[in-house]
Amino acid sequence: MTHSLVFYILAGIAGGIMGGMGLGGGTLLIPLLTVFLDVNGKQAAAINLISFIPMSIFACIVHAKNKLLDLKKALLIALPAAATCAASSLLAQKVSADALSKGFAVFLVCLACLMLISRVLKAWKSLMSKIYKMLPQRFL
Amino acid sequence: MIMERIKEFFASHKKTATAATVFAALLTGVANGLFGGGGGMLAVPAYTLIQGMEPKRAHATAVAAILPLSAVSAVIYIIGGNFNPDFGYYVCGAVIIGGIAGSVILKKISSSLLEFIFYGVMLAAGIRMLLK
Repeated sequence: MTHSLVFYILAGIAGGIMGGMGLGGGTLLIPLLTVFLDVNGKQAAAINLISFIPMSIFACIVHAKNKLLDLKKALLIALPAAATCAASSLLAQKVSADALSKGFAVFLVCLACLMLISRVLKAWKSLMSKIYKMLPQRFL
Repeated sequence: MIMERIKEFFASHKKTATAATVFAALLTGVANGLFGGGGGMLAVPAYTLIQGMEPKRAHATAVAAILPLSAVSAVIYIIGGNFNPDFGYYVCGAVIIGGIAGSVILKKISSSLLEFIFYGVMLAAGIRMLLK
């Protein structure tokens, strides 16, 4: 452990808040731990996986009560994913943590770019429609 | 827009939609197993774009789909000796506390600014991880 425990706890809370808000907590928690706190990529992954379990059990109960869960569609992803998930978890144990971190970095950059572009496009569209509505009708 | 076109296409091609969802599922499993996270970033768009589900339902269903995956991965990672007890317990506890806080404030603040910050941090962290 190379940093004060407080920073680890802060990273955990930040990741947890994002996860609770449904924005993908692990995609924030793992980079926070590896980039800023020099945690080995596999250890960061393990922490994320373990802490996801109690949180998502709780979330599932709440969502089920609100009738937001579609069990059939959950299985449509869970069943095929379980096979590749088990295989790739086993593979991850054999690969170096550095290589995994680089792979995760590429994954993050691609996702972030895609999301940012789609958000910018959306914001641009709504801005344009607002300007269009503000124009005096005789100019149109 | 492109998104609407994609949704329309999959709505009228059910078999292709199922195949595309299974393909997205395979990738979700790989991300979850290799990186220990990020599966939701693939599963949620699969549900909204390909299956045409509304965002809230897609989020809820994605959590249920990823829960068993995380359980499988977590066991394999722990057996592989990757749980560090020095800080592991504290971070896990903090994530759970943050998670409860996050789900409570979810309804209270606008998420679009937060999304921008979130994806900005993701991009910056990704680039730093690549350069490290």
